[in-house]
Amino acid sequence: MTLSNVDYQIMWNRLVAVVEEQATTLIRTAFSTSVREAGDLSAGVFDCRGRMIAQAVTGTPGHVNAMAESVPHFIEEIGSDNICEGDVYLTNDPWKGTGHLHDFTMVSPAFYQGKHVGFFAATAHVVDIGGRGYGPDANEVYEEGLLVPIMKFIDRGEVNKGLVNIIRNNVREQDQVIGDLYSLAACNAAGDARLMDMMNEFNLLELETLSDFIIDNSRAATLARIAALPDGTYHNEMMVDGYEAAVDMRVALTIAGDTLLADFAGTSGPSKFGVNVPMVYTRAYACYGLKCAIAPDIPNNTGSLKPFDVTAPEGCILNAPHPAPVSVRHVLGHFVPDVVLGALHKCIPGVSPAEGASALWNVLLSARPTDPTSGLRSSEILMFNSGGMGARATLDGLSATAFPSGVSTMSAEATEHVGPLTIWQKDLLEGSGGSGEFRGGLGQTIVISANEGYELYFNAMFDRIQFPARGREQGKNGGVGSVMLDDGTVLKGKGRQLIPAGRKLILQLPGGGGYGDPKKRPEALVRADLEAGYITQDQAVNDYCLTL
Amino acid sequence: MTQQQARVGVDIGGTFTDIALDLNGTLFTGKVLTNYHQPEQAILDGIHLVCERAGIAETDITTVIHGTTLVTNSLIERRGARTAFITTDGFRDVVEMRTENRFEQYDLNLTLPTPLVKRTDRYTVKERVSASGDVITDIDPSELAALVERIVAEGYEAIAVGFIHSYANDVNEVTVQKAFAKAAPELSVSISSHVSPQMREFQRFNTVIANAYVRPQVAAYLGRLVERLKATGVTCPVFMMHSAGGLISVDTASEFPVRLLESGPAGGAIFAAKFAASYGENQVVSFDMGGTTAKICLIEDGKPKTANTFEVARTYRFAKGSGMPLSTPVVEMVEIGAGGGSIAHVDDMKQIRVGPKSAASEPGPACYQRGGQHPTVTDANLLLGRLDPDLFAGGDIPLSVPLAGEAMTNKVASVAGLDQEQAAFGVTEVVDENMANAARVHTVENGKEIGNFAMIAFGGGAPLHACRLCEKLSMDYLVIPPGAGVGSAIGFLNAPFSYEATKGMYQRLTEFDPQRINALLSSLRAEALEFVQRGAGDIDTTTRVQAFMRYTGQGGEIAIDIDYKDYVASDVETFRTQFEAGYHRLFGRTIDGLGIEITNWSITVASTLAPVEPITLRRSGKQIAITKTREFFDAALRKVVTAAEVQRHTLQPGDAVSGPAVIVEDETSTIVTTGYTVVAQDDKSMLLVNKKIMGAI
Repeated sequence: MTLSNVDYQIMWNRLVAVVEEQATTLIRTAFSTSVREAGDLSAGVFDCRGRMIAQAVTGTPGHVNAMAESVPHFIEEIGSDNICEGDVYLTNDPWKGTGHLHDFTMVSPAFYQGKHVGFFAATAHVVDIGGRGYGPDANEVYEEGLLVPIMKFIDRGEVNKGLVNIIRNNVREQDQVIGDLYSLAACNAAGDARLMDMMNEFNLLELETLSDFIIDNSRAATLARIAALPDGTYHNEMMVDGYEAAVDMRVALTIAGDTLLADFAGTSGPSKFGVNVPMVYTRAYACYGLKCAIAPDIPNNTGSLKPFDVTAPEGCILNAPHPAPVSVRHVLGHFVPDVVLGALHKCIPGVSPAEGASALWNVLLSARPTDPTSGLRSSEILMFNSGGMGARATLDGLSATAFPSGVSTMSAEATEHVGPLTIWQKDLLEGSGGSGEFRGGLGQTIVISANEGYELYFNAMFDRIQFPARGREQGKNGGVGSVMLDDGTVLKGKGRQLIPAGRKLILQLPGGGGYGDPKKRPEALVRADLEAGYITQDQAVNDYCLTL
Repeated sequence: MTQQQARVGVDIGGTFTDIALDLNGTLFTGKVLTNYHQPEQAILDGIHLVCERAGIAETDITTVIHGTTLVTNSLIERRGARTAFITTDGFRDVVEMRTENRFEQYDLNLTLPTPLVKRTDRYTVKERVSASGDVITDIDPSELAALVERIVAEGYEAIAVGFIHSYANDVNEVTVQKAFAKAAPELSVSISSHVSPQMREFQRFNTVIANAYVRPQVAAYLGRLVERLKATGVTCPVFMMHSAGGLISVDTASEFPVRLLESGPAGGAIFAAKFAASYGENQVVSFDMGGTTAKICLIEDGKPKTANTFEVARTYRFAKGSGMPLSTPVVEMVEIGAGGGSIAHVDDMKQIRVGPKSAASEPGPACYQRGGQHPTVTDANLLLGRLDPDLFAGGDIPLSVPLAGEAMTNKVASVAGLDQEQAAFGVTEVVDENMANAARVHTVENGKEIGNFAMIAFGGGAPLHACRLCEKLSMDYLVIPPGAGVGSAIGFLNAPFSYEATKGMYQRLTEFDPQRINALLSSLRAEALEFVQRGAGDIDTTTRVQAFMRYTGQGGEIAIDIDYKDYVASDVETFRTQFEAGYHRLFGRTIDGLGIEITNWSITVASTLAPVEPITLRRSGKQIAITKTREFFDAALRKVVTAAEVQRHTLQPGDAVSGPAVIVEDETSTIVTTGYTVVAQDDKSMLLVNKKIMGAI
């Protein structure tokens, strides 16, 4: 059978289905809440050279480019001669994987008729990795937990028991963590089985020709999109809270012909705490933001990702070298799309939304009995919550919706079964969306307390408390967030803190910026927003100039 | 004519209202156009039509069973009642905040579906029940009285009530219901602890709102239907098909109309399930392909797979997450935007894409000659010789090959740099690949290997595509049953009376409490049995119990079948082993050292059906003489082949036609690829068998 153009296209479709199946297998078997509920994972198939050919659409953008870059590291460190049938490799090296120790990347070589033809890779966020636990308080990566360098997890079918033992003895929730490692290996195996079916069906002996077809087509389409942009260098700057000091995020976006470079020179230096971002993660989110605006429909693979060139000076907070602490690198990482989209707005107005809450407000709660001798059991509860998205050029921003992250929230009822706490409120925060012809999305209010007999500790990793999401084109800023107790005590936005027994934690999540002059918003919409309580009377009168 | 059974199934679909009459075992079927203004009129017309065909009078009918997509349409088109929603203080926006997720990651201009009840119609009251079902905050009677007064004064047509953790304790919801019953007895009030007492507030609130929203309309419609049937002499009992593939009384349907949403597709699954059961095929995939979408359902041991949640009214290319998730029992289906009318185009990477946009019936595919400019799957089938231009829809719709070719050339071939035949092949191959992938993922999600399944295909488009799908999925057996054009209506006639009662009750196995479980199961069974008896009277029933279980720390449960019996403390081990067996079946392993917990419970009581008459499938047959041939493009061989053309009605049991072949009938054509042989069966079905398997027999 000679393969036609249509055959290559069918195989491309099939590979996307193969990696979706790989991802589905992982989601269904994983223990990590963030994998299951939040899609904090990634799955893909690579050729022998380590070029990514297809990636599951399921998955969070932070892993997109990051995992795509990881396989060449594996090839280099394992060594081509040492790649054997039945092998599986892993690492959680933040600089060679996906940015923090909690993410394991598992790579399995694929063999067809005894010949090495490619790789499957999958990444997942595990429940625990030892150290201080998931939070920003460490000063070096060594405090953040166990780092497993690139090595064999399975060597020609034999599980590396020594490694499993080391991991088992260095993490909390051992069974879940080890279980997730096996889930990762199993999902690669599921993808591998489908790939073998496809190679049989199409009589393929290697993947390189197909890989060239996919990558060349995707690259050409991506380059054409970039070439259509006006040449020039476009700057943007955004301030965010950071941990111990505000962070200045800067980018220069240069378009020249069909090349694009996002350079973060001028961005603040590193933090002493775990909000630093490894370069791979910065690149992942910069690329994601730009791709949404420029080439959203082109599937992710090496061909469509490579044209987005991203750089940051080593040592800045967006290119933090080892051994910087990086545990909650997502906070600043989630702001990267806002920064690059702001620059892109100067190049092609009308595409980038206004700034949004952007960084997730993840709450990791530890419930501890107030009386340690009571026999009550401790538990850990993880919640994902989102503020408002920025307004778009022709649409209001989405309220309480994750962007750029791809996560979902959990049911409050389900969360209350995980640990001894009560969620008293989880509602939109009225008036938190930035005013504009198109209104920013609203943030939300969350009120939580421990049940009787318990107190709660929580790891704060919250931002946009000092610096709001800015509006665009005369749109107003979104509301800032706040963290406090119901007695009025103001808490910090970052770090581990106590909610004493009997007290309630009140989180107010930031809103998104508005887009366009609020005075241009039709009066009927302003009145409807006021009646529904989306905006306050003060906003109606002062921003929208409504006569009551 | 007094002893006879004349049972009528009626399925109101988006375009057609299908009628099937079973007169003492003989089927008569008919189709009339759906009447949107007076749906019951089409039913009366259709019943009249089949009665004429069968030579009986309307007064001879002994049972009418009805299913409809009208409830779903009413949700999609937002034509329901003006509804107020009352919820716990602090949770006004649950139905607006949804999952806080974007179902499409790369679309900066994404919009989310708006809730059925807007914020100004959502009210809160101070009340609270804990996760364990204890009342933490009682409702203040004066606050409630003021709220009721305000809501009544607003003139709402329906009320939905959904409180946090009400599945665990309904007392506060019932208090609100009673307050309305007193203040405004005529007002329709739905409460979440009765409509859908399952954990997870977003789904439960959606469900009670959807129920309230369609309830006045459905109740009025069903009332009218029964009256008008009586007026024409159909005085027999009328029953409704529900989404989980069973029958309930009209009264129950009027109270819980949200249970009717997927009744049409459920009928299709029951239709396929009966064939699966009679052949003794324990692992079957049903495949239903119409003009706009294709639906896939797993049927194991003769029963369609059911689920407790599903998503209705998806707004964005059928994307998961773009609709309204509801928690109500339903036959589980995967639906994708792939049908005969699906439009093909070429994207920026010069790749052919098909659907989910559909040319629908107006203007329809380019070949319909009604002004359609875009090439569709039907156009591609025509160009590849799989459809006969003169025999489509029994010759009612003459198809134009030149117009199909023109559209294919302009929009696909010339853009992708292919010749016309390659382009048409590409279009069908892409759509077949999409459907095959969806089917494969669905079986994987259920821990199964699709190659071990047989396929039963029905719906207008399925027989054209099913054989190619089987090739792609390594499936060796494919059944094309007779009467497939009105499969759902026929399926209604094979459904038992059934009712599924569900409830959230959280329990860790380390805190296993047999008394609580026994109390819950017996109350759920009593509830379900009562609904079954409302329709069926005092009859033999079966009881199925499912516990939704997971390892502590996981977010999703798996359904585990357990016995209906009195449990004692030592039975905790049974729960554990059953769960571990189920987990192993799905995921291929179990995990030591983790706790196990149960979240939701369900009991289905169903009337016992007469055993299905077993039919032995003829897996080989005698090749008949071929008198006519035509050419079609065989996708696996990538070339045009000369195929036998045979009229389906001429086939006798045991006749075989070796592929390539086209089996023609009025409603559709079955394509038998070169790799398969078709064998006519005793019950007028056709079995397509992979030749490799035949050789082995």
